[in-house]
Amino acid sequence: MSSASASSTPLVALRGVSKTFPTGTHALAGLDLEVRAGEFLALLGPSGCGKSTALRIIAGLSEPTEGAVEWAATATSAGNENRIGFVFQEPTLMPWANVFNNVLLPLNLHGAPASQAAGRVDAVLGRVGLQQFGRAYPRELSGGMRMRVSIARALVTEPELLLMDEPFAALDEITRFKLNDDLLQMWQALRTTVVFVTHSVFESVYLSNRVVVMAARPGRVLTELAIDAPYPREQNFRTSSEYVAFCRQASAALAEAMAEGGAP
Amino acid sequence: MKAAKRLSLPAEQEAVTALPRARAGGLDGALRIALPIIVLGVGLAVWELVVRTKNIPPYVLPSPSLILQTFVNDWALLSRSLLVTLITTFEGFLLAAAGGVGLAVLFNQSRLVEYSLYPYAVILQVTPIVAVAPLLLIYLPQRAAVLACAWIVAFFPVLANTTLGLNSVDRNLADLFALYHASRAQMLWRLKLPSALPYILGGLRIAGGLSLIGAVVAEIAAGSAGAGSGLAYRIAESGYRLNIPRMFAALLLLSLAGIVIFYVLSLINYLALRRWHESALQAER
Repeated sequence: MSSASASSTPLVALRGVSKTFPTGTHALAGLDLEVRAGEFLALLGPSGCGKSTALRIIAGLSEPTEGAVEWAATATSAGNENRIGFVFQEPTLMPWANVFNNVLLPLNLHGAPASQAAGRVDAVLGRVGLQQFGRAYPRELSGGMRMRVSIARALVTEPELLLMDEPFAALDEITRFKLNDDLLQMWQALRTTVVFVTHSVFESVYLSNRVVVMAARPGRVLTELAIDAPYPREQNFRTSSEYVAFCRQASAALAEAMAEGGAP
Repeated sequence: MKAAKRLSLPAEQEAVTALPRARAGGLDGALRIALPIIVLGVGLAVWELVVRTKNIPPYVLPSPSLILQTFVNDWALLSRSLLVTLITTFEGFLLAAAGGVGLAVLFNQSRLVEYSLYPYAVILQVTPIVAVAPLLLIYLPQRAAVLACAWIVAFFPVLANTTLGLNSVDRNLADLFALYHASRAQMLWRLKLPSALPYILGGLRIAGGLSLIGAVVAEIAAGSAGAGSGLAYRIAESGYRLNIPRMFAALLLLSLAGIVIFYVLSLINYLALRRWHESALQAER
């Protein structure tokens, strides 16, 4: 599969979105962003550039002060009930429930029949490599495993769009690299669309088809880079000259974003 | 001495001291049990000795041996009274648990209800129950009045703790529930109440002891005899009759009841939380 799998039709688009918080902070100003069906899009920017806010607006967790969120009409689902999966910075698991029940939650809230739901939970736990851990409680797992549970929970509804808000920021590098690889595999197998917020240049280039660089104060899109390297990308991509070149471009864009946004 | 030495160590050395501390755990644990028992033994011995050598009459101060003897001799009477008090306590506790959690949920669901009723909950809490009990006895049948006292004393910690717990929900988890369009009922049953469980259990642990106190206060205020007289009434009655040994025996029984209630609730707390909550994990480390 290559980057050509990302079609040019937007699955969801932010049109002139601004967000002003009651405190008076302008988190976003006139943000235009198209998320194309099937792509892996990285939002890269310094802290405070509103990338998380943009993600929350796409998810419907936050309302834009101005502008609109436009969804492509699809025959499969009315409303955005099953369209979105969200992975937070922290694993955000229910500590009182075991892994199986944590992953079951989205199906449960939608009233999915129990017989069918159990099979789907088992399948998605297998996909993230945790089929043995259904009965474990979150506190009994490592940080990386908790994040896998969180990803499994986001995927269990088979969402069209997976939103990830710096999901691996708190993990050590070894675990992060492993999860990067596993995430790419899942993305290719599931053919879902991913929007991945990160402040790591290396992570954004490694994972995505397209890196959108944002600047802060107020949050806006500064530039975007197409990462035209073919998938599957594996460890040897990390050391390729191609990868280094893309990282240099992304770093330069990020430096510009920092300069524009003022000192953080 | 040992404790002082530990306290004086800087925080960075925590990891280093952890090992010897763990090794000392066995001895420490034994001392923890042995020392209070030694203190009790010495105290009782001195008490017994003083009563015997000074020939203090039992209606002034009974000796421990006499109290124990009374405890055994009056067991039939005392155990019946204990049962009466325990039933009142238990009923008061259940009402306090239901009322406290129920009110907290109601407050959580409706600001208006909270604003309207919360001040009165506070007033009920801060007004000394000893002063309220006689009034309740005027307006309510004795059994209901005793129960009302137990409830009034015990419900507030449950209410306050549950309210705190319901407001302490992880914000990301709340967002997650919103993302999947959870209904209000789903939010309450699947997110807020489980999040609040450690707080609720903490409130219940306090309420257990308080409902015993409420029951005792009301029984003493009620005063009048009856077939179903509780342990507190026995104490008051024995006081009038100068049956001091029985007073002590009844008091001992009340203390034991309080201790048992506390540990039973602690055990429930531990069993409910041991798989997931920090408060119940300490012992494992």
